[in-house]
Amino acid sequence: MTNPIHAQLQPGSRIGGSLVFDLRMSWRGLRINTMCNALSKPHERESFKSDEEDFMARFELTETERAMVRQRDFSGLLEAGGNIYYLIKLGAVTGNGLYRIGARMRGETYEEFLATRNVPDSV
Amino acid sequence: MARIVAGIGTSHVPSIGGAYDRGKTETPAWKPLFDAYVPVRQWLKDLQPDVCIMVYNDHGADFFFDRYPTFAVGCADRYAIADEGFGTRALPIIRGDLEFSQHLCQSLVYDEFDLTICQQMAVEHGFLVPMHLCFDPSETGWPVASVPIAVNVLQHPLPTARRCWRLGQAIRRAVESYPADIKVAIIGTGGMSHKLTGPHFGQMQADNDQDFLDRIERDPESLTNITHQELMHRFGVEGIELIMWLVMRGAMSPSARKIHRNYYAPMTTGMGMITLEEDQ
Repeated sequence: MTNPIHAQLQPGSRIGGSLVFDLRMSWRGLRINTMCNALSKPHERESFKSDEEDFMARFELTETERAMVRQRDFSGLLEAGGNIYYLIKLGAVTGNGLYRIGARMRGETYEEFLATRNVPDSV
Repeated sequence: MARIVAGIGTSHVPSIGGAYDRGKTETPAWKPLFDAYVPVRQWLKDLQPDVCIMVYNDHGADFFFDRYPTFAVGCADRYAIADEGFGTRALPIIRGDLEFSQHLCQSLVYDEFDLTICQQMAVEHGFLVPMHLCFDPSETGWPVASVPIAVNVLQHPLPTARRCWRLGQAIRRAVESYPADIKVAIIGTGGMSHKLTGPHFGQMQADNDQDFLDRIERDPESLTNITHQELMHRFGVEGIELIMWLVMRGAMSPSARKIHRNYYAPMTTGMGMITLEEDQ
């Protein structure tokens, strides 16, 4: 750890099973995150709902990225550089809240996931 | 001369905002969280701060990775409520203190913090949840003016823990060089432990959170030497937000007294709170 550039963070690492969103990830995920960012505007949410394929084309997603959006494959989108806070907007517009997305990351149903929580009623 | 009267560290978990908006503050699931802030609001009401500096992070509501500031400071007379992708929450617009913000920005830049100065800024749950936990809005708006300070805790490289601490120290110098006789509160937000991606989604580390609460009060400098790698190991990748509490603590005197402390971990994030008061 003598190189100060690496003193804060070991590059390319996962920590506790989680991806670390760094500049390489951010560049890789720029198209996905740009599209998700647009979903902060009500009229863009309507555009997505009315024609998802046209919406993805407008943001120039690759075919692989489009397939992951169609399948609501949030884990795949994360690996492809999607940032969780932007993917939450895609989750909201497709009826996949954060806890549902998270349950799938754990390989559990939503109900199974809730049963693991200290206070499942605090949803 | 202006002075800092109060410092608060608090989580800003978005589900707290949802519970607040849906009137769930008295339900068994949420009461342990909301009840802890009742005395905090009274304490702040008695202290009567004129300005609240809110150190928070944007979660994609107003900033994007096309250009991403490390430290962004609001420098306007008002701040809109942002749409995070779910619609806009029915909260009063945030009142700014333009003159104080301009002084703060000038002082921080000449103190060698290279800020992004924002004359237009919309705020979201990172700001709003601590705001309504600590202050009651009325028909005329919020009882305090605010200065939002957004910190990059999303896209590594992030500012180091020590840099956040030093920003707090520079904020204190800025406040103490402001000629008007106003009282300032500062809130550092975020965390505590949480993991939002991967097979351990939702895992919390309550012991590490309690240790952080101990240290932020009594031994905050010990936290400034910890690397991002180690912080994410202890608090989860998203728990790195806790570096923003160090901005608050750096702005407070070492001898500031703890007044309140709370911890509640119902779901996927350790929800912590501590308040500190300066000797008058």
